[in-house]
Amino acid sequence: MDLDVITNILYATIRTGTPLLLVALGEMVCEKSGTLNLGQEGMMLLGAVAGFITMYQCDNLFIGFTVAALVGVMASLIFAFVALNLNASQVAAGLALTIFGTGLSAFLGADYEGKTINALPTLAIAGFEHIPVLGKALFSQDAIVYLSWSLVLGAYLFFKYHRAGLAVRAIGENPSVGNNLGLPVMRTRYLAVMFGGALAGIAGAYLSLAYTPLWTQNMTAGRGWIALALVVFASWRIERVMLGAYLFGFASIMHLVAQAFGLAVDSNLLAMLPYGATLIVLIMLSKNKQKLKMYEPMWLGKPWHKGH
Amino acid sequence: MKKLITTLGVALSLCISASATAKDNVKVGFVYVSPIGEAGWTYTHDVSRQYLEDKFGDKIETTFVESVPEGADAERVITQLAKSRHDLIFTTSFGYMNPTLKVAKRFPNVKFEHATGYKRAKNVSTYFDRIYEGRYLTGVIAGHMSKTDSIGYIAAFPIPEVIRGINAFTLGLRSVKPNAKVKVVWVNSWFDPGKEREAADSLIDQGVDIITQHTDSPAPLQAAEAAGIYAIGYHSDMSGYGKKAHLTAAVHHWDEFYADRVQQVLDDKWQSQDIWKGIGSGMTRLAPLSKDIPSDVVSEVNAISEKIGKGEFHPFTGPIKNQQGELVIEAGKTIDDKTLLGMDFYVEGVEGQLK
Repeated sequence: MDLDVITNILYATIRTGTPLLLVALGEMVCEKSGTLNLGQEGMMLLGAVAGFITMYQCDNLFIGFTVAALVGVMASLIFAFVALNLNASQVAAGLALTIFGTGLSAFLGADYEGKTINALPTLAIAGFEHIPVLGKALFSQDAIVYLSWSLVLGAYLFFKYHRAGLAVRAIGENPSVGNNLGLPVMRTRYLAVMFGGALAGIAGAYLSLAYTPLWTQNMTAGRGWIALALVVFASWRIERVMLGAYLFGFASIMHLVAQAFGLAVDSNLLAMLPYGATLIVLIMLSKNKQKLKMYEPMWLGKPWHKGH
Repeated sequence: MKKLITTLGVALSLCISASATAKDNVKVGFVYVSPIGEAGWTYTHDVSRQYLEDKFGDKIETTFVESVPEGADAERVITQLAKSRHDLIFTTSFGYMNPTLKVAKRFPNVKFEHATGYKRAKNVSTYFDRIYEGRYLTGVIAGHMSKTDSIGYIAAFPIPEVIRGINAFTLGLRSVKPNAKVKVVWVNSWFDPGKEREAADSLIDQGVDIITQHTDSPAPLQAAEAAGIYAIGYHSDMSGYGKKAHLTAAVHHWDEFYADRVQQVLDDKWQSQDIWKGIGSGMTRLAPLSKDIPSDVVSEVNAISEKIGKGEFHPFTGPIKNQQGELVIEAGKTIDDKTLLGMDFYVEGVEGQLK
């Protein structure tokens, strides 16, 4: 195997992992505040279709991604209102959002099936892209990949060092205590849900504007659900969410590369690899139950209202 | 009393429909498995539906339902169409087989045409095209256009229909370049643009210089266009997705077949049948060839196409060796339809393992 192949595998791994990373990161922040939003898949699809339609109409990628993020936020607000204000079951509200998003995106996008647009170009970082092996993989990606990295770093610092980050975590552990401390529980949860919506929207648009620049119904193909699982298996830790997303991306790529190499392995077995490998690694990482408890938001998925 | 009248009414209407010989107009329904879009399997059927509208004018009324999942939903949709007085219903996906038969039993006066299936009834026909003949021709084109003699083939599921296509393509390819190789990547999905794209990219990394596919999305074509290599589409003309990359595509063409069937319903001559036709009937075709293909190659392809159409040449003519190099079909003999329909081995020249 020559170096070019390794470079290309790494490059493709990051591209494949990026939409997962974005959605999972958004969901993790949302869950940290104690809110479980199962609407990721629906919000991604809405973001994908909104981004694509906008791009097709205005031919501006920045506006395309911005609209996708806004549509993601709007969709998440529906969930937030139902789950947080009306105290409906978060699981049911999230599932409803996914079903709604799948249907609405198919409806809105019906006229845009089969249209083509200019894909998001890659942005090489001058000087770095020529580093052997890692240059192309790390420094010749597109803007959304760099955005995902800065968001990961930002979220890590936010939860570790910023007061507001601690407040989000406190509210996720026990909103009543947070409320007694004078923390704005509702506002924090709303913002966390909206952040999750924005990232799901961008992740969806990444699929329809960069990864495969086209719109078709259900093009997320279950990636929102995989991201949800990643958050749990990564035990709500940012660095593990990132690891999990890329691991999944890597295994998905290897499934295809191994075949292109003509490796004599059953393709059905290879197709299982991304799920199997990611599960095994993340389960091994989170086998310490005590530690797992430490990171899991205690109030996750439970309704809460003032005076609870 | 009311009951009696209804019964009489039903008996009368049955009488009328049974005694009717020729019809003035016909109502035709279509059930599609995916959205119509601008390319792909469903698109080819809808093109022909519009052809029917144009051809029969006010003698025909067509309706279609798109994105109908295979299974219980399909049964509901097909029942709905049968109930709303459609005379002829085309159910255009393999998974509609059992629902179609079930509904057909309840509506013996409605005619059904099920694409790609193998179960028939008195009022249920089946039809499909010999797309492998088109695959063979695209293989010949690939043989002339490839410089690395290595072609990438993105495939959905290892079922006979897909394997037949891969083998036909490979035989066509190796009729020009006896040592050329076809690298197959299974994505285990009919439609996943992301996976198809990555499969195409990893094949391109492996040095293939033409990509072809037996999946439904145009993502492989986009990958080829981005990498500056050639691609061969499937189902319908996909040149809109990669103007430079698109060499041609093996396409289905239902116009004449659909028109015949509608005419037969109008004349009350429709009968259940099993159709599997190819280039000869025009059911299988090639999309317009790219300008990059030299004219001598074009005429060679046309000549082979004509021979296939006339039945003078069969793409699966021996000697054919399997992947292990064992002789499967002796020189001069051809593979029969039964073997073709159950094809479960790779021919020589295909890389990768078939489970």
